[in-house]
Amino acid sequence: MKPQPATVRIAAGQGFWGDWLEAPYRQVTGGPVDYLMMDYLAEVTMSILQKQKSRDPSLGYAKDFIPLMERILPILAERRIKITANAGGVNPRGCAQALAETARRLRLGGKVRLGVVTGDDLLGRLDGLLARGHELRNLDTGRPLADVRDRVVSANAYLGAWPVVEALRGGADIVVTGRVTDTGLTLAPMIHAFGWRPDAWDLLAAGTVAGHTIECGAQCSGGNCLVDWERIPDLANVGYPIVEAAPDGTFEITKHPGTGGRISVAGVKEQLVYEMGNPAEYITPDGIADFTTIRLEQMGKDRVRVSGVRGRPATDKLKVSIGYFYGYKAVGTLVYAWPDAYRKAQAADRILRQRLADLGLKFESVLTEFVGADATHGPLARASAPLDQLPEVQLRIGVRSADKAAVERFTREIAPLILNGPPSVTGFAGGRPKPEEIVAYWPALLDKRAVEPCVEVVDV
Amino acid sequence: MTKHTGRKKKVPLVELAHARSGDKGDTANVGLIALKPEYYPILVKHVTAARVARHFKGIISGPVERYELPNLQALNFLLHGALDGGGTISLKTDAQGKVFSTALLRLELELPR
Repeated sequence: MKPQPATVRIAAGQGFWGDWLEAPYRQVTGGPVDYLMMDYLAEVTMSILQKQKSRDPSLGYAKDFIPLMERILPILAERRIKITANAGGVNPRGCAQALAETARRLRLGGKVRLGVVTGDDLLGRLDGLLARGHELRNLDTGRPLADVRDRVVSANAYLGAWPVVEALRGGADIVVTGRVTDTGLTLAPMIHAFGWRPDAWDLLAAGTVAGHTIECGAQCSGGNCLVDWERIPDLANVGYPIVEAAPDGTFEITKHPGTGGRISVAGVKEQLVYEMGNPAEYITPDGIADFTTIRLEQMGKDRVRVSGVRGRPATDKLKVSIGYFYGYKAVGTLVYAWPDAYRKAQAADRILRQRLADLGLKFESVLTEFVGADATHGPLARASAPLDQLPEVQLRIGVRSADKAAVERFTREIAPLILNGPPSVTGFAGGRPKPEEIVAYWPALLDKRAVEPCVEVVDV
Repeated sequence: MTKHTGRKKKVPLVELAHARSGDKGDTANVGLIALKPEYYPILVKHVTAARVARHFKGIISGPVERYELPNLQALNFLLHGALDGGGTISLKTDAQGKVFSTALLRLELELPR
């Protein structure tokens, strides 16, 4: 057996696809770390990637992962830093192939091993699953998937940490996955480093809490932090979070010295409650974490200790994220200036709605917001805002319909208002809005036994 | 700013708590965190699910659930039917419920003096 390290340092490099490109580089150069964890996949991301893959079978992964890796690969190889990333999207093998080519170009052939985790993609297996009685009922509405089967564009089971652990045990330096849970990418290095058992529910829950804490990157180190927000230092150089985990399941959240942002108990609390359901039951494929058992303690500047986490056994189900074609939408905006900015925007909205009705266009929904008055807080804001004196108001009107032609016609009804509607209007330089295809989200559960993760480890 | 009316005083929630929100489908969650540990019992007593449902009347279409996290001095609210269908379907600026947290902080509590 290999000796157990005292701690393992796992750094968050990306909190979503589109996150700060400087963060991964700074995480691997700013101080010692053992792993770099990068989370790319939100609920809607898989269907976007599926669309890209259908146009070009070599795509379907987070493309900017490759240039980002090109920049840090030599550093990773030199410092023996390992990577866990779900950048593979709906094409992990394509992603690994592009990565391998990049590594060879950097003359790192023979020095890097790639792990690839697949088996989450159920798109090609859906009919077989349905035929065998897996109904994949919508967790929110209770409807069976058969309702929208012919419109499904992506279907992925959420895999947990264990396939990533298997890749690490196989010697992988970089593990590229499809739909592995955000938390699993952080938990896996802990399981691997400390040899945690599959039924060590408290430890697995602790690692899951660690994963949840850093899965949104800087959102736990001072970014998007409401408490004391104006005094959080140097967000321009914000340090992304690092978990320093111990074999007993306790861990500390910190960041590299000299970086901006802040790691505080209050800030970590904000991240812990983010996207929270029932806090006593944070369910992942690896187990159930009880967030009501978490203890937090400030251990010094930019260092918070997390302990006490309790867990319960995993369920026999996996969550499945299904994307299906829903219809079309478009959003148009115009800006009205003082005097009477709000009333002008209201008048423009009434005129536009009358014209849409006169054209006989049918929409599932037409939604108007007055940005500057009520877009974020609705009637709660209108009750106290000085609506007569607003210096400017943006009229923002959106429509949704199964009928693409209706949405397209709507997009042509915005610009005419500039010359034939209420006065003092501007802000239309962006041109006519574009109708957008809506791929909606269908969450479901599936028996774990119906999903078989596949792990490959290859030399570059 | 605390306003005094008779034997009760009105205290804006933003003086007692901070918050962060996110989404799960058409449900927004708001995690409400006491700014000081001694404020937590006030939140538990006064910021009930029914009070929050009243606050968001006409803004959300479904019920409100509340969970307690005494270890973090925090409450978690689930606001169902809050996001015009949620995610990609929604036409709202705040389709992912990111600032529902601040809308909750507009709540005014009537506390004994």
